[in-house]
Amino acid sequence: MRNYLRGALAIYAKDIRLEARTKETISAVLAFAIIIAFIFGFAFDPSPTIVAVVGPGIVWVAYVFTGILGMNRTFALERDRGTLDGLLLAPVSHESVYAGKLASTATIMLVVEAALFPVFLVLFDLNLFNVWFVLVALAATIGFATVGTLFSAIAVHTRAREVLLPLLFLPIVLPVIIGAVSGTDAAIAGDGWDGVGKWLQFIVAFDAVFLMLSSWAFDFVLEE
Amino acid sequence: MPSAAGPRSRAMGLGGRQLLLGVAALVFIIDLVLIFGYAPTASEALGVQVQRIFYFHVPSAIVGMISFGVSAFGSVMYLIKRTRKWDRLAWASAEAGTIIFTVAIATGAIWAKPVWQTWWVWDANGTLTFMLWLVFIGYLITRAYAPTVDRGARWAAVVAIFGAAAVPFVYMAADWWAGLHTERVTGPGASGSLESEMFYTLIFSLVAFGFLFAVLVAERSAQRAIDEQVEILRREVA
Repeated sequence: MRNYLRGALAIYAKDIRLEARTKETISAVLAFAIIIAFIFGFAFDPSPTIVAVVGPGIVWVAYVFTGILGMNRTFALERDRGTLDGLLLAPVSHESVYAGKLASTATIMLVVEAALFPVFLVLFDLNLFNVWFVLVALAATIGFATVGTLFSAIAVHTRAREVLLPLLFLPIVLPVIIGAVSGTDAAIAGDGWDGVGKWLQFIVAFDAVFLMLSSWAFDFVLEE
Repeated sequence: MPSAAGPRSRAMGLGGRQLLLGVAALVFIIDLVLIFGYAPTASEALGVQVQRIFYFHVPSAIVGMISFGVSAFGSVMYLIKRTRKWDRLAWASAEAGTIIFTVAIATGAIWAKPVWQTWWVWDANGTLTFMLWLVFIGYLITRAYAPTVDRGARWAAVVAIFGAAAVPFVYMAADWWAGLHTERVTGPGASGSLESEMFYTLIFSLVAFGFLFAVLVAERSAQRAIDEQVEILRREVA
């Protein structure tokens, strides 16, 4: 158990240090997210009454799409630099590699999501500075990263990596998307635990089930 | 199950498959006679003649779900046992299931339009069917893009197992979501009661679709088994 955590932590620290120095993924993904939010302004009439209805939806469409972009890079960077084999040969279990990669992916996604708060506030007058929304976003992002890290390990080894990830990822995380949008709806409406609690518990249950399943499946995915 | 038959992980023999095909064809012809001759014309509320598509829609949706279950079960067994027959079962089941789900979705839309004035109803069953259809497509594309058959088999098995694990979550989320948006979800639920002739026809249709699924799985499994033998022979020659 201690080795598992130490291995995972080492890989997490490596990824975060790399990202802190290059800022490659965050800058590209954030720019993409801002463009999506901007385009949404023309996809519908951004008046307050309409934003109240479609607001949670656009937030999560932006988050999911940018998340996919970021997750595609989780293993693609390692593979392009030829460090993937080294990572897998490192004297840590594959579960540690999975946990470390999951944590770094989730962290990067959360940073981008937080950076988008002011963008949504300015463009759509959509106030996401709300503790319930933050909890929903945290739970949902962990769910996305859990499933996405596993599938990106599959996608990176295929000829069609950028296309395959969303194809596998989106149908499986559909319940998280439904839960996140509905939870956000309730959070913005100011319903508190009464409205958000059900969805929050639902997403956390999803996270727990898929965290166990993904840790188990990761070995089968990596096997040559 | 067809592909589980026989020693040395061989698929079902040619004679067995022809017999299965013959029986399935007979059952399907009888089913058509029942649907258009025996089953009574539905009440106004069910949409009169167009309601007969019900005998295609409901069985194909149910058999589609079963095909997903078979594919996920075959995938689990493959990851545990690592024998080709389980992978062939999972793969063939995914292919047959994709076709049968397509039938279910298409007939559902054709039926919903005249009865509920909308092609698509966002209820839990429809959402789950559509989601599993997408997972199957992802399953088949994963196999197509995999560098080797073995890796494709393992990855696809993981996809099928993840899909199966997501089923209760998708169903619950879609159900709650539909409850919140009732004004946009009109339709099923109040579909009227079934007369007994209708019920028997439905059960028979379910059996007919079950045979269709079994034929497709048996044929595809046998083809894959032959493919694998050809590949082995090719390597021996080379």
